[in-house]
Amino acid sequence: MAGATSALQSKRPLGKATRDAFGRALEALGAERPDVVVVDADVSNSTRTEWFGQKFPDRFFNIGIAESNLVGIAGGLASCGKTPVIASFACFIMCNGYDQLRMAVAYPGLNVKVVGTHAGISIGEDGASQMGIEDVALACSLPGFVVVVPADEASAKAATRAMLDHRGPVYMRLGRPDVPKVYETDNPPFRLGQANTVRDGRDLTIVANGLMVAAALDAADQLAAEGIEARVLDMHTVKPIDREALKKAAQETGAIVVAEEHLAHGGLGSVVAMAVAELEPVPIRYVNLGDRFGESGSPEGLLEKFGLTAENLAAAARAVIAAK
Amino acid sequence: MRRKTPETATVARDLEQLQQIAKRLRVDILRSTTEAGSGHPSSSLSAVEVVTALYFGGFLRYDPKNPHWPDRDRFILSKGHAAPVLYAALAEAGFFPREDLMTLRKLGSPLEGHPNMARLGGVEASTGSLGQGLSIGVGQALAARIDRKDYRVYVLTGDGEIGEGQIWEAAASAAKYRLDNLTCIVDRNHYQQTGAAEEVLNMDPIDGKFTAFGWHTITINGNDLGEVVQALRRATEYRGQPTCIVSLTHKGQGILPLLEKLGDTNFHGKPLPAKYLDEALALLG
Ligand SMILES: Cc1ncc(C[n+]2csc(CCOP(=O)(O)OP(=O)(O)O)c2C)c(N)n1
Ligand SMILES: [Mg+2]
Repeated sequence: MAGATSALQSKRPLGKATRDAFGRALEALGAERPDVVVVDADVSNSTRTEWFGQKFPDRFFNIGIAESNLVGIAGGLASCGKTPVIASFACFIMCNGYDQLRMAVAYPGLNVKVVGTHAGISIGEDGASQMGIEDVALACSLPGFVVVVPADEASAKAATRAMLDHRGPVYMRLGRPDVPKVYETDNPPFRLGQANTVRDGRDLTIVANGLMVAAALDAADQLAAEGIEARVLDMHTVKPIDREALKKAAQETGAIVVAEEHLAHGGLGSVVAMAVAELEPVPIRYVNLGDRFGESGSPEGLLEKFGLTAENLAAAARAVIAAK
Repeated sequence: MRRKTPETATVARDLEQLQQIAKRLRVDILRSTTEAGSGHPSSSLSAVEVVTALYFGGFLRYDPKNPHWPDRDRFILSKGHAAPVLYAALAEAGFFPREDLMTLRKLGSPLEGHPNMARLGGVEASTGSLGQGLSIGVGQALAARIDRKDYRVYVLTGDGEIGEGQIWEAAASAAKYRLDNLTCIVDRNHYQQTGAAEEVLNMDPIDGKFTAFGWHTITINGNDLGEVVQALRRATEYRGQPTCIVSLTHKGQGILPLLEKLGDTNFHGKPLPAKYLDEALALLG
């Protein structure tokens, strides 16, 4: 499709990957947070926890390729008052460690921070086996978990601090590629459970997270040229969802598009639909990966093939407005 | 009595011809990953002799024109990131044209970054999440027993990969059912993603662990084709227990001087930059 622009081809200024921002933030927070212990399963050079490890070797453990064990160890550390941060690829930590997340972390409600990097199809060439596309659904299904999906470098940095400040289990989802900046400031507002309105509008609301926020802003530019004013919410916290922001969006704009780099089932779209259906039913359209695995290819090529471009968002916006 | 290999399968005349094939696989691994601009050539290179002996030393019975032939032997690449060595072997064996190797990791190609059995004939398990291949092998070996078929199952794991607990769950179950139609080969290349396997998680003695789990074990120089062929023969003939071959190898075998020059003898998960390709191919002779 000519002229299809994914977030990775946006004209917005490019920032670092959210995994890089997390790695730097964790390293910086290590000194003021002696309770933080980082555990790795042989991927710290991918997740960027190696930067913390180099600075605080006494509080860093690499336990080998063993994600179930990784999660169990975190449960043990947390039960002794530590604040464990465990990171691996989103698919491995959530899928391989799921029963341990359920029993050793969620059930006792322990203060474990779970970080999944390389989420979504934008990892590109490595293909489906390395792509976490179900991680948000799985994390949301763990009672008591807070689930966070930051959109860019600055918000990933802020989210890392918020994750550590929160008492209780948190899942944070991060991406591999460098992504456009959504926020101009290095210190954007960031409160868990509180969406950021990154663009205001009255004709519809695009609710997005991760790299789809940048795509939503680009879509809003395209729509503005047609006289359609889109509000864009950076819904960085999927659980607990910001019900107030959704209610206002439904009442004031009357139509919603939800965009995420995730399967249709159980992600942001599902969570938003539940809230809107209860609070203020309005037409909703969804832009996501549907019900299929990813594959190998360039990140840009995949985002286009799987329908996650600004143009796809704009088309969904027109469709949802027509359904008002 | 074992069935004969179908005439469509390639079997090398002698060790020398096997060595020629091994060299071609190395060339294909390097070319395809450099063309892709990503991938795991060093993890693929350490396993070339094992894969060459399996596919072209008369061990695996397969029919490239009929990849789903029910009586075929199975090879599971549990360390799925070494897909380029599997694809090179499948191309050499005639499952698809050699030119297709250059589509590795490109959008629309069935030669995905990690093997996907749903899209490519000859791939016996979809892998890429480490630790899972041996269990699948146990399932296939049990199926052979139920169906009274004499096909054999070979599984290749990494030495870092055996840190996954599932490997040992699979090992225990294979011993329980005395699956002598199952062979596990551990590619002992001394590295995993973040460093030396001995340092990240020392699993030595690997042979001792498999022995303790009820397996027959053989340790060999896995970059010596003669030793690999002999070990596979012994594993195939051994009765009453599954066999584990601890295959001592070098990650990046074939281009080690270049990796030393580049200051990274693990070279995990990176393709050779195009400017080093000629130098690397020259090293292969
Ligand atoms: C379950 C799982 N965790 C982590 C990874 C990421 N990963 C890919 S390759 C690799 C290292 C593998 O080391 P080893 O098994 O020794 O294979 P080698 O590359 O050395 O042949 C890791 C950690 C993965 N693919 N699967
Ligand atoms: Mg290894």
